[in-house]
Amino acid sequence: MSATEGHPQTFAQKALARSAGLPSVAIGQVVDARPDVVLSHDNSAAIRRIWQEFGQSRVLIPDKIAMTLDHAVPAPTTKHAQNHAEIRAFVAEQGIANFFEVGRGICHQVLSEEAVVLPGQVILGADSHTPHFGWMGAFGAGIGRSEVAVLWATGELWLRVPESMQIVLDGSLPPGVSAKDFALRVIGDLGADGGLYASVEFGGSGIAAMSLASRMVLPNMMAEFGVKNAYIAPDATTLAYISERLVRRTTRQGAPLAAEDARTLVAAGALYPDAGATYAAVHRYDAAALEPLIACPHSVDAVVPVAQVAGTRVQQAFLGTCTNGRLEDLAEAAAIVRGRRIAAGTRFLVIPASSEVLADALRLGYIADFVDAGAVIGVPGCGPCMGNHMGIPAPNEVTISSANRNFRGRMGTRDADIYLANPAVVAASAIAGKIIDPRHLDAKSVVSTSQAVDPYSVINHQ
Amino acid sequence: MTIISGRTWTYGDNVNTDVIFPGKYTYTLTERAEIARHALEDLDPTFAAVVQPGDVIVAGRNWGCGSSREQAATCLVFNGVGAVVAASFSRIFYRNALNNGLLAIVCPAAVAAIAPQETITIDLARNEIVCKGGVFAFPPLSASVLGIVEAGGLVPYVKRKVAATS
Ligand code: SF4
Repeated sequence: MSATEGHPQTFAQKALARSAGLPSVAIGQVVDARPDVVLSHDNSAAIRRIWQEFGQSRVLIPDKIAMTLDHAVPAPTTKHAQNHAEIRAFVAEQGIANFFEVGRGICHQVLSEEAVVLPGQVILGADSHTPHFGWMGAFGAGIGRSEVAVLWATGELWLRVPESMQIVLDGSLPPGVSAKDFALRVIGDLGADGGLYASVEFGGSGIAAMSLASRMVLPNMMAEFGVKNAYIAPDATTLAYISERLVRRTTRQGAPLAAEDARTLVAAGALYPDAGATYAAVHRYDAAALEPLIACPHSVDAVVPVAQVAGTRVQQAFLGTCTNGRLEDLAEAAAIVRGRRIAAGTRFLVIPASSEVLADALRLGYIADFVDAGAVIGVPGCGPCMGNHMGIPAPNEVTISSANRNFRGRMGTRDADIYLANPAVVAASAIAGKIIDPRHLDAKSVVSTSQAVDPYSVINHQ
Repeated sequence: MTIISGRTWTYGDNVNTDVIFPGKYTYTLTERAEIARHALEDLDPTFAAVVQPGDVIVAGRNWGCGSSREQAATCLVFNGVGAVVAASFSRIFYRNALNNGLLAIVCPAAVAAIAPQETITIDLARNEIVCKGGVFAFPPLSASVLGIVEAGGLVPYVKRKVAATS
């Protein structure tokens, strides 16, 4: 009889039990977890300075450390450049294999594409969107810099086993409605602290029907719901994607895993909650009843239908981030801007979440669509998401963004408004120069190439 | 230190880390004094100049939601803030606070009773908050977490352990 029989366990219980080397754990129990992956990014230099207080010459877990440079890339100032240089020196000195340079992309996207994290694993990261990895059925939680330093030194950290909450999506989303709208619906209904400390397990036919890229939106956005982690059960598509990426990465790193072995390894690690596990709450949603939504300044839970704020002038539209900067997001936006022009007085920033997304978008012609429409293409990374790297709004300007956070000052300017919506709404608003439901975009705003106006001359005539 | 006494700075629900410590400073400011100077900059621009050691922040639900940035806690520590009392905390802020020796106390009843700029006392031995509106009990911290706070934070706490084992 297995240890969990008779005591059905949630995903969080199973993942933390495995990570703590225990047969089973109770909800509320504090365990010493040994995460499989420890994530940090541009904050790694600051973490290194904390770690140095321990007086070690080598980190204890070089193979579990994963790092990207993504938050302010390429370096906008000398100070940022020094910060990056310090991180590169540390990576070389400690032999960190899973290090990803400037331009490779946003940590959560890159570690997913590279299968640095696998289903069922525990990843702790000095980044609040680490719950992201729930898309593949991993346990991801955000922690602080000191905690990452402690992990580098000791490999373990105390974690409380969270209560779990189930969120079920039945049916399939109507056209024009995306995973982002579902996430905003949940946060709008239950509040920015509706999932505080909880592990959210998604389920239902609506989730199963989603592409992997769409699934990534949900655990990612749950950071704005206060959760510790979120989870989507890995299915055959997830396992196949991760196995293939694992082969690719191990080959590149010089220790290739055979395809068959990768598949076995990945499937063996996956964890699924037991039937009858304990949930603090269950929330059910009907996908057919959802509509395009928007989060208004300055809170992610200030959610209304797009129609309610339609007509609000926008000076900046931003498509990107770990939430909605993937190929399917760019595809959707490109289909909207194709043959149209960005409105005069509005700038459209497009920043692919990774170099892989950028390469695919180039091949598929999306980047040309954006540039032809007058958009600005940025270096894969976080871009203006957190006010650290260009694309900063002027006071009193309005930005519509596909990101996850619209707090006051988030993009670097205190008195600027940020609205959050799905990629189609962002792209349509860039074309209209005001917030608009893409379904209402005027067919007349499509210009044939012969009538096309030079976007720069339009701006100059303002 | 078992008694904390100071003036209160009261704020509402869902105060996020971007207004506690703006993201634009997170990779470039490293000095304690600099970090302290920007505390609550986008929430209460008077705070950093006026706050006194021992003062207490009193907040509603979900204080510190948003980013994992630890400066949201350390910018308060570097200003000598004695404690944060809230109806609830975002989980990363809660960990960051305790891990930097900053008391984070969950006590919704006290939050409802405390007025701005009054002087309150927090008694850690009795797990009580004393304010004009009354005396409020709060749940004690677990022994291990109290150990971290008493050591001055997670790093000094673990440092002792690392030194003992190597
Ligand atoms: S894109 Fe934004 S939310 Fe995502 S990791 Fe970067 S800064 Fe954080």
